[in-house]
Amino acid sequence: MDSEHKEPVLRVQGLAIGYGGQDVQHDVSFDVKRGSIFAIMGPSGCGKSTLLKALIGLLRPTAGAVHFGARDYWSLDQAHRDDCGRCFGVLFQGGALWSSMTAAENVALPLQMFTKLGASAIDALVQLKLSLVGLDSGRASMPADLSGGMHQRVGLARALALDPHILFLDEPSAGLDPIAAKRFDDLVLQLRAGFGVTVVMVSHELPSLFGICDDGVFLDAATHTAIAHGAPATLRDSCDNPTVHAFMKRERPAVNEAPA
Amino acid sequence: MTLAPDNPRLTTQINGGDTLISLTGDWITPEDDGGTTATAALFERKDLKAITFDSRRLGRWDSSLLVFLSEVRYAAVPRSIRVDDSGVPDAARQLLALLPKQAAPTAAAPRQPPWIEHLGLRAMAQWSETLAVTELVGGQLLQTGAAVLGRARMRRVDFLACMYDAGIAALPMVALVNVLVGAILAFVGAIELRRFGADIYIANLVGLAQVREMAAVMTAIVMSGRTGGAYAAEIASMQGSNELDALRVLGIPVQDYLVLPRVMALTLMTPILYLYGAAIGIFGGFVVAVSMLNISPELFIAQTRGAVTMPQVLFGLTKSLAFGALIALAGCRLGLKAGRSATDVGHAATSAVVVSIIGIIMLDAVFAVCANAVNL
Repeated sequence: MDSEHKEPVLRVQGLAIGYGGQDVQHDVSFDVKRGSIFAIMGPSGCGKSTLLKALIGLLRPTAGAVHFGARDYWSLDQAHRDDCGRCFGVLFQGGALWSSMTAAENVALPLQMFTKLGASAIDALVQLKLSLVGLDSGRASMPADLSGGMHQRVGLARALALDPHILFLDEPSAGLDPIAAKRFDDLVLQLRAGFGVTVVMVSHELPSLFGICDDGVFLDAATHTAIAHGAPATLRDSCDNPTVHAFMKRERPAVNEAPA
Repeated sequence: MTLAPDNPRLTTQINGGDTLISLTGDWITPEDDGGTTATAALFERKDLKAITFDSRRLGRWDSSLLVFLSEVRYAAVPRSIRVDDSGVPDAARQLLALLPKQAAPTAAAPRQPPWIEHLGLRAMAQWSETLAVTELVGGQLLQTGAAVLGRARMRRVDFLACMYDAGIAALPMVALVNVLVGAILAFVGAIELRRFGADIYIANLVGLAQVREMAAVMTAIVMSGRTGGAYAAEIASMQGSNELDALRVLGIPVQDYLVLPRVMALTLMTPILYLYGAAIGIFGGFVVAVSMLNISPELFIAQTRGAVTMPQVLFGLTKSLAFGALIALAGCRLGLKAGRSATDVGHAATSAVVVSIIGIIMLDAVFAVCANAVNL
């Protein structure tokens, strides 16, 4: 691997995030290596999704920096941020499909907005993306007529529409049955292998975390900061922190909950 | 031989029935349509037996390469041409393995039912809608009785919140609209009445028009836009987030819990707003008449008291009571009927306002005919 490939594709430094003057998390730092599947872990309400919002440009952090390669995302102006945003795709929780468009139109919209391709070329790319995520039927259906698993697949196809370098997944397997969740995990692995895309996922589904993630950060709800870094499976086997240990082993925490 | 001169990323070497496709350079989705792939030209040869790939000179690639490879594969299947993709980069081959073996059949256009079937379906839908509305109206009438006796399953706090929203919160808008309508009526009346030296009858015009028609209709139109639309949108979005199902499963009747407080609140509040609107409308006319048309205040008041009689006020009150019930029922019904998507919420709100306004005008016409029949 050359030196470019050793550079982290995403670097978060001293990030603080919060709403209304109160920080949900502070002093969070981590690097996401190119081609890795990186997990943002932690108990419900610890600020995982809020952190994700700061990474994808929906919430300005109160302190710290988010670097995509050499670019400091939040120091850019809006136009450059939008430009930078095109290099990543986001699968929102539950898919967040646009309800007034068919599945295929949902995937086509980014292509129509950001390329000058003709209708047939866009259609070919849309069909390819939908085939890649395994959506063989229901392409002309409205989101209201699709199942939860199909929503996720169409959402993933939409996130892949512009061939992103980084894929952000927010709770991708929430609400899926274990087999569908496993299939989804396999799909993420195959897409990573195929496109070489870097994946950052927010999840607290232990099987997914252990199955596919090779790096990660653990956010704590009590101390409001990152308390562990590393692959979920490694943290499960060798992390001494009682909170992380309890989370990974699905046990009640031995320590007292922080006062609210 | 270069297959497509405009496509420098692809060269083919033909050896008998075997074709070797060499992929060169970067295969990145172009910004425009410059680099279309040339599968059609490739398959023009009838004696083609096998296709192999060479990707040693391939640069960076993305989905556009996959589109090309999948097109080759799908075109080869019906022609029984063997495609050996061992020369394709491993990563691309893994992604190709995710694709179905054959091109997905293009979805057949949905069948258009013949007109007679269409008409029948429309008629049946109308009929079931009529039944649903009848059930809703009947249910509300019965439940209102139960609510008066304190037996309806609705929360007092919801009812009070609905009363506040449909009453006090609507005052500024109702006041503004009515005061302006009263003032406009005074101006319009002045144009004609002045020619006959009958300026003072501006008071009669403003008073009668406000009490009989304008206050009731304008207030109802304001309420249908502000409250009826909100009821529809609120209930429709509750539908979308499964809140209605949660109520039904618990055995809480949606009609009691959601519809009844809204219908009762709006039916009660619209007449009160009407009274307020009528008074403030007359005040608007009074200000214009006194300040700009040189009519003495005492005369205006005396003339108004002569023109506006109790039966007129009761007529306006009855109308606004009916309008209030209509707006609330239309809003709730269209909200309950809505689908689960964001678009459906918008549709529900729009159609609630449209149905209410048309209904208000139609009801008003019926009232006008009835009033004429009894010489009111």
